[in-house]
Order: sequence, then structure tokens, then C-alpha cells
Amino acid sequence: MAAEQKKKSDYLVEVKDLKEYFPVKTGLLKTIPLKAVDGVSFNIRPGETLGLVGESGCGKTTVGRTLLRLYEPTGGEFRFDGELVTDRNIFRLRKKMQMVFQDPYSSLDPRMTVEDIIGEPLDVHHLYTTKKDRHDKVMHLMELVGLNAEHATRYAHEFSGGQRQRIGIARALAVNPSFIVCDEPVSALDVSIQAQVINMFEDLQDKLGVAYLFIAHDLLVVHHISDRIAVMYLGRIVEVADADELNSHPLHPYTLSLLSAIPIPDPETARHSHRIILEGDVPSPLHMPTGCPFRTRCRYATEHCAAECPPLTERGNGHMVACWEK
Amino acid sequence: MAEYESNAASAVRADEAPVLSVRNLHTSFFTDSGEVKAVNGVSFDVGRGKILGVVGESGSGKSVTAYSIMQILDEDGKVIDGEILYKGENILKWDKKKMADFRGNKCSIIFQDPMTALNPVFTVGWQLREALQLHTKYKTKEDATKRAIELLTMVGVNEPESRIKQYPFELSGGMRQRVMIAMALACEPDILIADEPTTALDVTIQAQILELMKDLQKQLGMAIIIVTHDLGVIASMCDEIIVMYGGRVCERGTADDIFYRPHHEYTKGLLRSIPRADNMKQKLVPIGGTPINLLAMPRGCAFCPRCDAAMKICLTEIPAEMKIADGHYASCWINVRDKQLAESGKKEANA
Repeated sequence: MAAEQKKKSDYLVEVKDLKEYFPVKTGLLKTIPLKAVDGVSFNIRPGETLGLVGESGCGKTTVGRTLLRLYEPTGGEFRFDGELVTDRNIFRLRKKMQMVFQDPYSSLDPRMTVEDIIGEPLDVHHLYTTKKDRHDKVMHLMELVGLNAEHATRYAHEFSGGQRQRIGIARALAVNPSFIVCDEPVSALDVSIQAQVINMFEDLQDKLGVAYLFIAHDLLVVHHISDRIAVMYLGRIVEVADADELNSHPLHPYTLSLLSAIPIPDPETARHSHRIILEGDVPSPLHMPTGCPFRTRCRYATEHCAAECPPLTERGNGHMVACWEK
Repeated sequence: MAEYESNAASAVRADEAPVLSVRNLHTSFFTDSGEVKAVNGVSFDVGRGKILGVVGESGSGKSVTAYSIMQILDEDGKVIDGEILYKGENILKWDKKKMADFRGNKCSIIFQDPMTALNPVFTVGWQLREALQLHTKYKTKEDATKRAIELLTMVGVNEPESRIKQYPFELSGGMRQRVMIAMALACEPDILIADEPTTALDVTIQAQILELMKDLQKQLGMAIIIVTHDLGVIASMCDEIIVMYGGRVCERGTADDIFYRPHHEYTKGLLRSIPRADNMKQKLVPIGGTPINLLAMPRGCAFCPRCDAAMKICLTEIPAEMKIADGHYASCWINVRDKQLAESGKKEANA
């Protein structure tokens, strides 16, 4: 065991059985746990992009936030570059992992200039010696994300959504991280601006070798940017595979219906495609079905599914699925 | 726009006449910082029982066009020019009473966010009954309740008998949107306007709602106007599409025209910038620049500051709509140039 720990692993990010329960008051003294994330495991290599998709309430954002300890995890372990992340070392490790938030409007302080927003992580982690050094670093970061140097003295409200997201990314890059959690970074942007930001993410990865956990609900965007994709449903990962493999050979019934539900921007394909329409809504995470969480909406559900939750098992080539029937 | 060629003008038979025609619509908002020309000369027809898609990004004027039709603009907004013809009658000249009858009875709207569109302090049943008792023959409470249950069954709400006693916050997003649709259909309108009907919903729920709208359209034969920014939704739903930018129509035509034979630089740019099955391994080609500022509109073509192919004339003059093929129109100077080049080429060949 000790020898294993010393040996550096291939993975930058190793998450094992991560759990995040939120207590929900149901009565005067009664609380029940809301299992937002219930035993999630995945790995990310250096410079790789793992896409994390799922519907609202499936726990994808909570996974990202728990990794950076914005929430205290209920259980499980997270190793970053071989080092177990704990409360004690998280401050130091946040120099290597950062986050980009979904809403570029509420995630930037309206009272700070762009230079101060981008410079704040440098202040926090004492990453400069002189004021000029700080200024130069901020200028370099702004150039990196395609912002004009003259924008440095402006305030966040003077920018459009796409430019604000660039500021948010520059702030994340300030500490020179090797891993960034991107929480729905393009879903608040207009279609014509989305492509600019997606391209920037890809360029920065080529240039800086940073790894991403790319959380989104838009499967086409995730497919475009990711090397591998993990699909979440009600706090669990139901399928992980190479991005192309997942799109061409999805195995889990949920992934299948998710893929068939995407409106394809192509009239000819849309005319001939057949949507697998799922019945009903996602069950409340407070009253999870027994066994497999998807069984209440699944066409293939059997008694086995109700009795026991299927584990994530390997089906060759790193394609992992959690389903008894497939 | 005198050169505007109506699809309807050529149609002789009455049943082919469009149920709704918008002609040269101008809607402005008078704000503290000046006049915002949100809609700037928009014209289109909606055929009976057709699905029309209005696509554009924020600030393109797509929602304001929809609100102008319903006349539910904010206080500072006003239709300043143009006509909205419902079966040949200009509804802009109608009085309040006639307009109230038009809203709901002839034309209904469903909004993006069903939570804010539904009244939180009344039950779903109460809200449905209100529309029914006001506009339809179901005047008594019993009749209206019965009809409300029928409507909820039609839009696929399970256990409608117990649902009508629930409040909007007790329902999920998809269920709320179904209730909105049921309410919109309560008076069997000729036109249903759907303003970003699925933007707030998850993909699997979005698919449910889109299928439902398609089925209902076939069943009831109403015309639907879908306002959205999602090209995927447009492609899978619409017969005809209009693409808007900066308050003007860039291009209009059938779904195939727009997706396979785009003739406006903005449409082309949009199609290049979205991830599709065939460009997964390639870099996306984004549209440069930033979204339009309606307070500082360019003098010429609205898209010109972001257009890679812009010419001198684009800076100063607004392009007129040009016919590309039957039912396919685009407003771009490049088409005019290409046509002139082709014609002069022909002349040279003849000489």
C-alpha cells in the first residue's frame, strides 16, 4: 500500500466513491439526507478533457464544487496528482486547480476592475513581487484569453457575456493551474459567442496542457470539446466512454434516450431520426427508487434492477456502464 | 418595403391565404438612454396549420416580434409602423375589447419560463377555468372543470383530477409547461406563439414537449410560431424559418433552404459555429465580434461589423430583400453582387 502511494499514477485527478449528502429538514427535528452525489468515481489524465453531462438535479455541478471543497464531501476520496486532498492542503492545491462558473454575471464582483478581478488570485497566493510584476502578469493573462489591454480598468458590467466569461477564465488561469472545473461555461452565452469560447478552451488546452472537467447539459458541445464523457443520472455515473464511442455506441438506456432527445440542427436527419421519449420526470432525489435510480423510467427494467443497484463495470476499451440488462 | 413579395399575393384560393401576415413591422422602446429599435421592418406570413420558426440571438428582436403580435409589450414599447394582418384585418387598429378577444381566442402564447408565467397563488385548475369561463362556452364551474381535465389529459398530464387542485410550485418544469400549453389551447386558437418553449427544460423533457406540440398541431391544425435561439429545435420542428438579426429579417425560407442553401452571411456563420455530427473533429468557426448594441446600430447592414465578407456598400446601405428561389429570400448585398456578376458575365459571353 505504501509503495503504491509513492508511485506516481497516470492520472492527474482520481476520484473514488465521492459522496455528497445535503441534510434536508422534513419536520421539526427530522432531517433526511438528499443524496446529491452518491458514489461517483472517475479519473482524468493530465491535459485531458472529461465531459460530465446530465439533466438538472443529477449532481453534476455538485461533483465539481465538491472537488474544489466548496462543499465538504460526505464520503469518498479525491487524489490530485497522487496527493490525497484534505482540508489541510486544499488552500495550497487550489493553486493547481481552479473553477470557471456558469453565470458570468454573478460570478464577477461588480465593484472590482477587470485588473483586480484577474489579479485577486495572484494576491491571495502571493504570486508576484512588485506591482509592476502583477500588472504584467494580468496583461499577459488578458492577452491569453483575447481581451484588450485597455479593458483592464473597466468594470465587469461594461462587458458582454462572452467577454465576461473570458475574464472568468483569465482569473482561473492566473495561478497557472493544471486542472480546471468548467461548470456550464457556455450555456449562458449566445450561439454565435459559444463557438468563440469553446475554441478558446481548446486553444488554451493546447497551449498550457491544462486538464478540464467540463460540466454541461448540451451534449453536442460536450462531444465537441471532450476526450471522454461521463453521463450522470440522479447522483450516479451511469456510463463513461470515449466521446466518439459514447455517441456511436451508447449502451446504457438512459444515454440512448438522452442522445436521441438532442434536437439535431439538420432537417434531413431530424426527419428520419426516431426519438426515444422517456416517460415521466426524474424522481426526486429525496425519494430515490430502490436499486437502479433509472429503473422507474427504463424500458428494460426488471426485478433485478429494483433489488440491487448495478455497479459501473468495464465493457472493453475503457467503456464503463452501470446496467444489469445491457 | 415596397419590393416585398408576398407569398400570399400569388395564392388565389382563400384557404391558402396566410392566417397571419406581418408587414414592415417597426417596434421601438423609448428608454432613458434613447429609442431602441427592437424590430426594424419585419415582414412574414404564417400559413394555416404551418409551423414557423423565428431564430436569432438575444437582441435580434424575435421575442419583441411575438409580443407585438399579441400586443403585450412593456409600457415603454410601441409599434410605430407596419401592419399585422389576421385573416386580412389589421389588428393594430382594433380596440381593447376586440384585442382581448383576439388574445386567447384567436392567438395564444406560451412563455419560456412557466413558473413566472403561471400565477403562484392560484391552483392550476383555477387558472385553467378562468380562461375557459371567460372565452369559451364552458361557463359553469362544473363544465369548466370537466374541460380542464380533458385539456390536461390531452397534453399528457398524468392524474389530471388531482393535478387541478395543485399549485404551480408543486409541479415539475415539464409539467408546468404542459399546463401552460393546455391553457393556451383552452380556446382552440388559430395561432399558437411559443416563445422559447423548451429553453428552461432538460433535453429529455424538451423532447417530450416538442413531440407534444407536433402532435397537437396535427390534431388541431393550428399554426405555430416558435421563437427560439436553438437551431436544433428549429430543424426538427419547422416548415418555414425566418432568421433575425438586429431587428431585421436576414433570411427566410423552408427549413431545407436555410440549412442546406443559406444565402446570408449570418445564417452561414451560425451554421458553421454550432457543433454538429459532421464537424466534431474540426475546429468550430465562430462569428467574430460581439452581439449587436441596439442603441448604436450601424448605418448599413446590421450584421456588417461582424461579417467577414463585408463590402463597402454594406457599411452605408441596408440591403433589400432579394428572391433566391420560390419562397426563399435573403437580405445580403453579396447576393446582389453575385447576380450582377453573373449577368455581366452572360453579357460578355453573348458579346
